[in-house]
Amino acid sequence: MSETRKIAVTVNGTRYEETVPVRVTLADFIRHQLGLTGTHLGCEHGVCGACTILLDGRSARSCLMLAVQADGHDILTVEGIAPDADTLHPLQEAFRDNHGLQCGFCTPGILTTLIEFLRDNPDPTEEEVRIGISGNLCRCTGYQNIVIAALDAAKRLKSEGGSRKSEVG
Amino acid sequence: MKPPPFSYHDPRTVADAVGLLGSLENAKLLAGGQSLMPMLNMRYVLPDHIIDLNRVEGLGYIDARDGTLAIGAMTRQRDIEFSDAVRQRCPLMHEAVRQVGHRQTRNRGTLGGSLCHLDPAAELVSIAAALDATVTVAGRNGTRSIDFSAFPVAYMTPALEPDELLTGATFPCWPAGHGYAFVEFSRRHGDFAIVSAAVLIEEDNNGKVTRASVTLGGMGPAPVRASEVERALIGEAIEEKRLREICEILRTCEAIDDIHAPASYRQQLATVLPRRALLKAHERIAEGARP
Repeated sequence: MSETRKIAVTVNGTRYEETVPVRVTLADFIRHQLGLTGTHLGCEHGVCGACTILLDGRSARSCLMLAVQADGHDILTVEGIAPDADTLHPLQEAFRDNHGLQCGFCTPGILTTLIEFLRDNPDPTEEEVRIGISGNLCRCTGYQNIVIAALDAAKRLKSEGGSRKSEVG
Repeated sequence: MKPPPFSYHDPRTVADAVGLLGSLENAKLLAGGQSLMPMLNMRYVLPDHIIDLNRVEGLGYIDARDGTLAIGAMTRQRDIEFSDAVRQRCPLMHEAVRQVGHRQTRNRGTLGGSLCHLDPAAELVSIAAALDATVTVAGRNGTRSIDFSAFPVAYMTPALEPDELLTGATFPCWPAGHGYAFVEFSRRHGDFAIVSAAVLIEEDNNGKVTRASVTLGGMGPAPVRASEVERALIGEAIEEKRLREICEILRTCEAIDDIHAPASYRQQLATVLPRRALLKAHERIAEGARP
């Protein structure tokens, strides 16, 4: 009964060619078909931000996109943030060290949101961080430690940015 | 919370999209998806066909022409937010678009989607009303332009024929040195406004208002221009006490009563927000005039 399409997407650097029902959301495709369950679904109508992914480097709510719309695009989910299985990304380290999460449900969406935010604004003020994560709901932390972690991550990324550049150079 | 079954179409040209729209029964256009997708997930809408505009060529642009800004229907709100042309030539739109939803929704949400969804409190809808925008639509019989004042025909209903889609909008820019402000009241950052005020003014060398545009969003089925206030402002110097008197006219504006606020609360906001916006607009003219 369900119409399907063949799509090709790159997720966390891996290319997938899959057949999907056209009505399946990108979030459900990522979780159920690709098995990447780090992307969480809270509200499924674009309010909570837990399902945030980066589409071609821009944050988007994956519950508000169809999987077919991602055909030909590049996606980053929370699983693709860390450089390898044994090393955390500086943003993740900052969240661990500053208690930037409690239950962890909202964390994938907040991390992906902040990856884009800190890339565009490497030296943010506290207010800018608060506006930056205003589209992500957290019911545990009261946001305070998330904001502290984000500001700490900005510092870590700046010092790391220099050393990474020299490695590449 | 999953979309109902539908047939999916992703045309590459406006002509193909119009052709599909004219021939398919119960079809819905999908732009940025930040309103339609939640409505599909919650099954408020049950279309037989989705016509996705995201792969249609030529609908994403911001063109600064003499005295106007022309913006394509599929231009992302995020691209409007970061456009130098918009910030320099139409700072009111820049200020308003920053208050549309959140970073993640502005990355996907489009100008055309917002104008056609026509939420009474949507920021870009108010801006189109405030600037006397003209929208361009394409249908099987060709293209036509509609003054934005005639675009909303009822609550969340644009003046589009069943085979027509919006391709872009043209916003007349005010001359350099004008005052502007977009002020809204909402319970949380990124929410739709309960009431918003979009204001543009020009003043002469003596600080008297020579031209004014005052728009209220969130009051009724579509944004309203407060023409009585606009007229009353001409020849006046912007000053708090006088503004309080002038804006008091707005206490009797028609207002909707809903879960977010009673009508009387909106009417109270209607007297307050334009005053704040006018004061801010006036300050901006003064700042610009400083050497």
